[in-house]
Amino acid sequence: MVTFYGKSFTSRLLVGTALYPSPAIMQSAIRASGAGIVTVSLRREAAGGKTGDAFWSLIRELGVTVLPNTAGCRSVKEAVTTAKLARELFDTSWIKLEVIADNDTLQPDVVGLVEAATILIKDGFEVFPYCTEDLSVATRLVDAGCKVVMPWAAPIGSAKGIINRDALKLLRDRLPDITLVVDAGIGAPSHAAEALELGYDAVLLNTAIAKAADPVAMANAFRLGVEAGRTAFEAGLMDARDFASPSTPVVGTPFWHAVS
Amino acid sequence: MRVIVNGEQRDIAASHVDTLLSELDYEGTHFAIAVNYDVVPKSRWAATALNAGDEIEIITPRQGG
Repeated sequence: MVTFYGKSFTSRLLVGTALYPSPAIMQSAIRASGAGIVTVSLRREAAGGKTGDAFWSLIRELGVTVLPNTAGCRSVKEAVTTAKLARELFDTSWIKLEVIADNDTLQPDVVGLVEAATILIKDGFEVFPYCTEDLSVATRLVDAGCKVVMPWAAPIGSAKGIINRDALKLLRDRLPDITLVVDAGIGAPSHAAEALELGYDAVLLNTAIAKAADPVAMANAFRLGVEAGRTAFEAGLMDARDFASPSTPVVGTPFWHAVS
Repeated sequence: MRVIVNGEQRDIAASHVDTLLSELDYEGTHFAIAVNYDVVPKSRWAATALNAGDEIEIITPRQGG
């Protein structure tokens, strides 16, 4: 079980709801992933439009917990207002907080992120900050009151997997009591497994499932990858070493002679 | 009066949030409202007066990652 702000979930996989070939495939893929939490966004509705209503009923049919995001927000003010709109719209204090610094890299504006997190936590929000792998930033977020921290593996949608493994290991080591989620940049189930093997509590991804040739099969593959990674972490991975170490016993090797 | 709705200039007759929504055919949908970056809860739509130049955001759930 993994716990986010006092709420426990069996699955350690969180998935997005965007970029699927169709609404039906989105629903099937989310079910196949086993995820108990899905991310959603907020967008302007055209006069007389019912786009939001149609999407929302698809999500409600899944019976999952909703984690709204502030994707696309470029300032603290936009992110804070979007979080408050999300609370009104989804009746939740959870917010995946994104403050984006640059449209090409989609890198978090970490200064704005800490500022927005501080404001929202004082207002009663439970913040899931999308951040870089920088320990000092993560520490500021924890100091602000975040119980969950979500560093990227690589830029959003890049599918590169974990670029800075050492920094992610350091975060896990230094923030043992924080629920850590690798969010963004995961491209393959092996990347997700690696994050769980490092002791991360969960992974959050969207594009790698939604843009697969068969999103439902890929969702299942990610479910298995996350389970394998977590099981391996709990089993205790051996340490890497620089040189070979024989797995077959040496004692009793035929034709063996003591060196004289 | 002239206000900005979802980033676009509009001439409206409505004087309050609830009447603006019906004027723009928004009634009955699942959405949230902000006026000048302040969220207006549904319970206050009828009591919240609009002024010329107000920036109104009308927001619904959408796909996201």
